[in-house]
Order: sequence, then C-alpha cells, then structure tokens
Amino acid sequence: MAAFELNVNGVTHRLDLDSSRSLLSVLRDELDLTGSKYGCGEGQCGACTVIIEGQPTRSCVTPASSAAGKKIVTIEGLEKNGRLHPLQQAFIDAEAMQCAYCTSGMIMSGVALLNRNANPDVREIVQSMEGNMCRCGTYPRIVAAVQRAAQSMKGGAR
Amino acid sequence: MTNQLDSDAAIELERYELAESPAYLFEVDRREFFKLFGCGVLVGLALKRGAAQESGGGRRGGRNSMPQDISAWLHIGEDGGITVFTGKVELGQDIRTSLTQAVAEELSAPISSIKLVMGDTDLTPFDIGTFGSRTTPGMAPQLHRAAAAAREMLLDLAAAQMSLDRPQLTVTDGKIVDKSGKKSVSFGALTKGQKLVKTIPAEITVTPAREWKTAGKPVAKVNARELVTGKHRYPSDVKRPGMLYGKVLRAPAFGASLGSVDTSGAERVKGATVVRDGDFVGVAGITEQAASRGLSEIKAEWKTTPQISQSELFQHFTRKTDASGERSSRFTQGSVKDQMSSAEIKLEASYTVAYIAHAPLEPRAAVAEWASDKLTVWTGTQRPFGVRGELAQAFRIPEERVRVIVPDTGSGYGGKHTGECAIEAARLAKASGKPVRVVWTREEEFTWAYFRPAGVINVSSATQKDGRITAWEFHNFNSGGSAIRTPYDIANQIIEFHPADSPLRQGSYRGLAASANHFARESHMDEIARRAGIDPLELRLKNLKDARLRAVFEAGAQKFGWGKQKRSQGRGFGMGGGTEKGSYTATFAEVEVDRSTGSVKILRAVTAFECGAVVNPDHLKDQVEGALIMGIGGALFESIDFGGGKILNPRFSRYRVPRFSDVPVMETVLLDRKDLPSVGAGETPIVGMAPAVANALFDAAGIRVRSLPLAPNGIKDAGK
Repeated sequence: MAAFELNVNGVTHRLDLDSSRSLLSVLRDELDLTGSKYGCGEGQCGACTVIIEGQPTRSCVTPASSAAGKKIVTIEGLEKNGRLHPLQQAFIDAEAMQCAYCTSGMIMSGVALLNRNANPDVREIVQSMEGNMCRCGTYPRIVAAVQRAAQSMKGGAR
Repeated sequence: MTNQLDSDAAIELERYELAESPAYLFEVDRREFFKLFGCGVLVGLALKRGAAQESGGGRRGGRNSMPQDISAWLHIGEDGGITVFTGKVELGQDIRTSLTQAVAEELSAPISSIKLVMGDTDLTPFDIGTFGSRTTPGMAPQLHRAAAAAREMLLDLAAAQMSLDRPQLTVTDGKIVDKSGKKSVSFGALTKGQKLVKTIPAEITVTPAREWKTAGKPVAKVNARELVTGKHRYPSDVKRPGMLYGKVLRAPAFGASLGSVDTSGAERVKGATVVRDGDFVGVAGITEQAASRGLSEIKAEWKTTPQISQSELFQHFTRKTDASGERSSRFTQGSVKDQMSSAEIKLEASYTVAYIAHAPLEPRAAVAEWASDKLTVWTGTQRPFGVRGELAQAFRIPEERVRVIVPDTGSGYGGKHTGECAIEAARLAKASGKPVRVVWTREEEFTWAYFRPAGVINVSSATQKDGRITAWEFHNFNSGGSAIRTPYDIANQIIEFHPADSPLRQGSYRGLAASANHFARESHMDEIARRAGIDPLELRLKNLKDARLRAVFEAGAQKFGWGKQKRSQGRGFGMGGGTEKGSYTATFAEVEVDRSTGSVKILRAVTAFECGAVVNPDHLKDQVEGALIMGIGGALFESIDFGGGKILNPRFSRYRVPRFSDVPVMETVLLDRKDLPSVGAGETPIVGMAPAVANALFDAAGIRVRSLPLAPNGIKDAGK
C-alpha cells in the first residue's frame, strides 16, 4: 500500500492504495471516472488514453503512483461550464462514432495532437492516432472530426 | 428441380446464430439437469419457433404472440415525453436513432421528445435478439405501426375534447392542432400520462417512404453528447453499491477438465471470496486486484485432451464431414455432371478462410445483483431475452425472476450472443451476497468467446467460350450456409453445405458465412473471366438477371471508372459483390503491391449499396464504410492462430485489426429505392471487400491467393 495524491481534472484526490495498480483501474474503480475505457491492458488500443502533463498516455499500463502530483486530464475534464471542447463538438458534428467505446480515447489523443499541432494534415493525424483502434471502422470520420476541430479552434474557440 | 435448402437463413439461424449449450451446470449433476430442463437440442427447437415469431411475447409461459397493444410499445408522459419500448439493443448500429426516427415520423413529434428503452427484459416486449440485420425490416415497421395507431388514438381523443371533426385536425410537433390554427392541444395534455390501451388495428396505415419527413433524413445520433463526454455507462461501467469484482479460473486449454483444485491459498487473501461449483471456480474481491491475487493463489490440476491444431484444420474439415451428426444441406438443379464433361472452359479451385475474432473493443462484461430471490444483470449482449433464459436455466429459477438490462454496448458484430459472463457474475454474486462485476480481459475475450467459423470451399465450374457459365458446383465445409446460393443464372448447379466438428467454439459474425461464400464465389468468377479472356464486369453481367444486383455492379463500376483506369506497375483493380439479407452490394478496389517488400495496400474502395428505402443516409453510409473497413482485416491479415488447445495470438499486439493507416480512399454510392421496403445494412456490405481485394491483387501481381487472410505477412508468403 502507498499513500499518494492524484490531480485529476483539477481536483486533488488523496489515495492509499496498492502502488502497482494501474491509473486506469484507479480512475474507473476508485474515482468513478468511467469515461476512460479498458480495451486491451497492453497499451495497444488507446481506449484508456488520458493526458498527463500534456502527453497522451495509456492509463492501462501506467502505474497510478507514477502519475502522483502530475496534472491528469480525462475525458470528463474537457467540458468547461457546459461547453464542449471543440473536438467533442466536432465528433458530434462529423458523426464520428458508432458504438463510441473508443471515442474517449480517440478524443484524448486528438486533443493532445491539436495542442501540439494546431493544423495537422491527414498524414499527421493518421500517424499520431495509429495507436487508437476503432473496431467499428469509423476512422475516416474521426480524421474529419480532428480537421474540423482544428478549423474551429483557429477562430479562437478555445 | 429439388430444393432441400429451406433457405440460407434457416441454416444459419439454427446452426450459428443461436445454438448454444449452457455455459455452466451448477449444483445439480448433469443427468438431473437434463431431466429437469432438457438439453441443448430442446433449447434449439424452442428458439426455432421463436425465429418464426421474432418479437413479442415470451417464449415461455404461453405468451407466444407479439403484443398488439399500443402501450406495450409506447407511452406518452404528462410532459409530452414519448417513451418507446423495444427489446432490440444498441451496439453501434445507430438503431437507437433510426427507431426514434420511425416513431417521430408517425407521431410528427420532435426527435428530442422521444426516448427509447431498449433491451430490458422487464420493460420491453420479448425479442429474439439483435442480429441478422432484422431491426430495420422487423422492428422499425412494428414501431411505425404502434406510433401510427397512437397518432390515430390521439386524433380521436383531441376531436372529442375540442368538439371538432377529425378531418379538421392535424398532428404537428407533438401537438394536435386544428387546421385553422386557432386551437391546439399537446400530446401530454391529451393523455395525462395514462396508458394507451388500444390494440394496434391490423389495417393501420403507416407513412409511405416517399412521404417521410423525419425518417429517410440524416438525423444526428440521439445520444451523441453522452458518448463524447464519457458520461454514458456501458455494461463494464455499471457500478452498484457494495459491488465486488470477479475473476474466473480458466482452463489451460480447450477440452481440459478440472481435476483437483486447492483454493486454501486464495481463501487467505484479504478481501477475496472463493467459489467452487462443479467446473466453475471463481473469486470475488473488494478490488479487481484482490480478485486477481486470489485467483493466482488457486492451485488447480487439469486433465487435457489432444486438440486439432491450425495446420491440420482444413484437412480435418474435408475428411471428417458430418462428424457433428448433422446431415449436409444440398441444393441441386439440372445436371452438373453432363456439363462438366463437355465444358469448353472447366475450372476447379479450393478456397479457405481462417477463424477470425470479432474483437469488440468492449469485452464481455456483466454486473449481477440478487435481491430477495430476484436476479438483475446488466450485461452487453445481443440477446437479452436469450441471456435471461440462460441465467434462469443455470440457477434453476423461473425467467420471471431474472431481469437482464443491456445498456448501449461497446459493439458486438455477432460476437455477443451468449451469456457466460452474466452467469459468472451471477454465480459470484450469489455466493458473496453482494453485487459482482465481471469484465473479461482481452485475452479471455480472444480465447473463451467464439469465432467466425473457418472453412474450406471447393468450387468447380463449366463455362462456354463466350462467357456463359453452364455449370456450378460449390461445396462449403464448416464455414456456413449464408449466401451459399449463387445469384448468377446458371442452369446446372450443385450447392452443398457440409457441417463439420470445429475444434474452436464458433458462432455468428457480421454477415455470418456470407463473407466466406462471397470470397470463394466472386474470386472464382474472376478466375473464369481471366480464363475466358472476358472483362470481369462483363462476365458477371452476362450471367446475371437480378436487376438489383446488376444495378449496384453498374453504379459501382461507373463511380470507380471501371475499364478506364490508367495501368501502372504494381497496381491492380478488382471487384466483388452479391446479395444477402435482402440488400445488394458491389465493391471495387484498387490495390498496390510492392514486390520488393511484399506489402499490400488498398488504395481506393468504391462501393455501391442498396437496401430498399434509405432510413438515415448518413448513418447508413457510416455502417457501409464501417463494414468495409472491418472487411479489410478479414481480407488481408486477421487470423486466429491456435495449437494444443490454446489460442496463440490472444491480444491486439499479436492479432492485427485495421487501423487508421489501413483505410483506403473510400467512396460510397447509396441507391435509395423508396419503392422498396427498408432492410438491414450493418452486415452485407462486408462481403465484397475480400474478393475485390483478392481479384485486384491478382490484377496487380499475377498471384492468385485463394485463402483468407490474403497477405498476413505480405504477399511474398502467399504462395503462387
């Protein structure tokens, strides 16, 4: 057992847990933030993606204790004062989801990409999102949603 | 002409959609169990009756007819909110939206005023399951009828209340208004939340597709906001007060039986409850980690038996046919033998398809809770009522004491028909006296779920020099009977499905065996065209009368620019198409082969698709393209590797599925036939991809690959 603090979506949580537990299991089972999903447990599918200190991170292979003291953003932390992040809105507008189980991870990877590259081209989107799986095959619409969000963010939407 | 195949659908429904023996037999011994509840065969028969009666009353307790009372399907609240009840479930097909459109259309009500309750066995009418592309041709018309009957009832009520004649009234925006525009009354004010107790009249008329205002339009996904914010609770997200986390002991290999087991170590793990019941051994823990730790402390000895390996599989299928005890299904017409012996062009080829996994991104998950002898299970399944039956059987309680609720689920593709995870959670919950959640790991999902059947398909054909096919013989071993019949007009045919015993657990899949049968058939059509020196499109059209199939081939060819493409080194073009479950598809692919590296890349895929009157063009396009992208995996690289009773590639790092970079440029042409009933579209578009790619691969590199996947390690390994 180890005591540590996690800063998730601007809120600090004091925890006393088995230090080997994955960040994903702590987010989901202890903090009830179930937007981040389990898909593979080996960092291959991207459904568990969160942003830690600006970096898209696979929370299923990240020990929770290693994220102590760092700034963690999950899908639940994107909406601000009832206003969706432009990429969340773009996913709705581009109908970029079917079962949507991958959507949280897709959006978190996409947000991390847009934060470091405000205007990615298709090749850059494909390259940086290759580690996120959508088994329903909604890939073309996800690419379109990222481009759409890039456009709307240019206008200073965020 | 004899026709011993009742229909392709009948074979599939019996064999791969539903037939499942119970996952676990608890507490009573096997003999007693069968005496009490009947064996799997009896279950199959009960379900077969259910197949004819697809939705409606329970299949037990004599409620055999579909409820015809409006209130079974639809309720209007005092606030005017419309609640719709359907046993179908949402797994990404966007039927929550399309069925909402059906009700909105007939009631002229805003989309936002309608909420669907789906897949809840206590609240919704019985439904056989969400599979076989049945929602659009079956459930949508039923909801159209129920909503139309409600509309007529509301008009009657309004006429009485407003003292006006019915012709003076019209329905708009959730209200009844008089045509002068002076008076109106809302649905909620009319019904005051009371049940709509009225039988849906047999002769009720629904709005024809040509007059649709809400149906037929690209209405946005109704619950999109919950999905992009992470708020929607999938089955694996359900949390109950005091809930424990469950893990189940798995055998080291298929066919292994449990010998001795020592659970004393596990029982010493803090926060873990151990359950042993027959071959079932599981642990419930206060955290998932406690459950896992408990599981790892269990010492079990297993007795294994020899199992067929992948390398022996295809020989096994063709050698040991009918070992499953089922007779083959055979269709014959004319005399194949006579034509073969005198054929100008005679071809014989054998095609194979591998086992592949559905790999839904959300693995099987269930939360079970017992309260005063009633069991409630939240789980991701395509058959909520079927799983209710499985639970009732497993725990020997009446179905009335089991409630299954299916929250919108992280996909299925035919892979979530069964309830083993629900039974596991319920068994652990029963033992621990607390709610228990079981979520399968990816490895469990890859190993203990079921697969799309592998198979061998032997084809021989006789063709005249002018391209007229005169005889066709087609034998499918194990893979299944969906779309086994050829849509081409061939006078002499033998078509036969040969059941075999499968070393792996197998079941439904998107399109079932239609993908395998289309791969073999459409590859063979290409082979005939090459041998006869006739353009592959021309050969197909020459042998094809079906106007709807011709239409998609022609529309796809036009969009693709078939016959007008510039040729270049290493690039080739191919097509594949057909019909299944009432819809029609043709896919045209451009493929690039790099002979130095062996890599195969699909550059462009054009598909023409027709499924009657289009209900939601944007979501339809999404389904078609999703099916095609899923089809890329089965076409190029997906394959389950197994040996010694184990799955050897049970994780995404070893089992490759399509990713962003695999997606070609895609163009989709939807043929909207407002004069024809709408049919389902989630499955059939998958069938054209594999043959189109195989044929394009031959065009590009001169290599005919007759096995799926075509190029798991690039084309160099594919043989010549």
